[in-house]
Amino acid sequence: MAVGGCLFSRTPMALVRELLRQRRRGLTLARNLTCTEGEFLMVAGAVERIVTAWMSIGLPWGVSKILRHFVESGRVALEEWSHLALGLRFRAAAMGVPFLPTLTMLGSDLIAVGGTKTLQDPYTGATLAAVPALFPDVALLHVHRADRFGNCQIDGYPHMDADIAQAATTVLVTTEEIVSEEETRRHPERTVLPGFAVDALVLAPFGAFPHECYGLYEADFDHFAEYTRAIDARGPTAVADYLERYVYAPPTWGDYLDLFGGERLALQQRRARELVGA
Amino acid sequence: MTAAELLAVVAARELRDDTTVFAGVGVPLLAAALARARHAPRLTLVIEGGIIGPEIAPGRLPISTNEMRAGRRATMLPGITDAFLFAQRGFVDVGFMGGAQIDRYGNINTSVLGTDYWNPKVRLPGTGGANDIASLCREVIIVTPHERRRFVERVDFVTSPAWLRGDGSRRAAGLLFGGVSRVVTTLGILGFDPDSRRMRIEAVHPGVSVATVRAHTGFELVEAAHVAVTAPPSEEELEALRALDPERRFLG
Repeated sequence: MAVGGCLFSRTPMALVRELLRQRRRGLTLARNLTCTEGEFLMVAGAVERIVTAWMSIGLPWGVSKILRHFVESGRVALEEWSHLALGLRFRAAAMGVPFLPTLTMLGSDLIAVGGTKTLQDPYTGATLAAVPALFPDVALLHVHRADRFGNCQIDGYPHMDADIAQAATTVLVTTEEIVSEEETRRHPERTVLPGFAVDALVLAPFGAFPHECYGLYEADFDHFAEYTRAIDARGPTAVADYLERYVYAPPTWGDYLDLFGGERLALQQRRARELVGA
Repeated sequence: MTAAELLAVVAARELRDDTTVFAGVGVPLLAAALARARHAPRLTLVIEGGIIGPEIAPGRLPISTNEMRAGRRATMLPGITDAFLFAQRGFVDVGFMGGAQIDRYGNINTSVLGTDYWNPKVRLPGTGGANDIASLCREVIIVTPHERRRFVERVDFVTSPAWLRGDGSRRAAGLLFGGVSRVVTTLGILGFDPDSRRMRIEAVHPGVSVATVRAHTGFELVEAAHVAVTAPPSEEELEALRALDPERRFLG
């Protein structure tokens, strides 16, 4: 399962929440920078392996204690790739080729972790890393707007979502807004996922919250601070309690958002507008 | 003046105008923003969230490389993979980043402590874009607190390659260019002997002795023929720096 966005940006939180509610097990998560959603999946027992370049929330909150707990005890395997190498694995799959040559990771110990093979350039004999295509079974993505045919538009930084969508077998998308076909046609240059690459689309306003959605709402850093303080005090139990409160108890996404409250959501919207100068 | 302030000011001086700099968040990005505010107004920042040319706002320092604060007033948002591919193509002059554990050849470990990757004693967050920056930028400058536990004879795991095992092995591995040129620390500035590629003391900060640098380093340092003393941060430098981080998120 590949999860779009990156770190605490445009994480498909509503989809991750639903996956947790369905008590899925035995998953492999692929995500370039893994954030709180990775911790949720670890504590819920949903993932066996995480394929990533980095995992934690961010510098002010230190190394993830959940990461340390689950990886150091051997309960979850963390398969580390460089950020670009993992990006190229999605790109290779998106292009429909078995691997892509690159210079990155050469000479480092990361080469061995994922079993990356090197090859000789058939023209010059130079050494290159051949990073294998990664075709996820399922991709979870969150976008700014989409029409009923699944044509999706993303504002701001696109992260790797287009490659991930093209690479995956099944693509599930949540969107902040559903727009008319006419709206898509007015700005086709903004469409980053064609409808034919999308299998299911769900309307989910604030679908990444408390992570950010570019231009619409900023990530809720106070919420992260509160969350990590609880983990510092009580370890993984704090995350289990968090899941009870935010994932299992509220029956709908609307009920989930009510836990944060309209005022908080409006504040994060104002902050986002300030930051993008809208 | 805090250690982080000294580090940021001295690191900022290492950057030149009209260059393209791939910066990691924290002190490196803060130092790059300081350089832009003072002597390098045409320095182009590249941030691994797929962000080119942002203007970091005072008091709005990004926590991650993938957020609106990092992308503020960017000139281009090409996506993550493509941002790194600009480096692979040779467009990025300087990689500017921190490091958890560093060895005498400048190799960095941000992955695991312990000798078995799959059964680590301590699991660290991982490379993020550090391996790519270290592999693909034309030159890399490391910015780090100088602590004995960080400066080790041999890193447990080479997350980000510098000179690997000394002269020759970086090129032999297939990396066409780049390598760590300098390590800016809270005690001084280190470079690498051009022949052996071993780390060497090139400058100490005011009031710091070579012996102190050695005492805080877990391996034997080469010493440059002439060890310089860095100029202390000026009031103007400190004022500009403090204006960037009024919440003291990274300045301590």
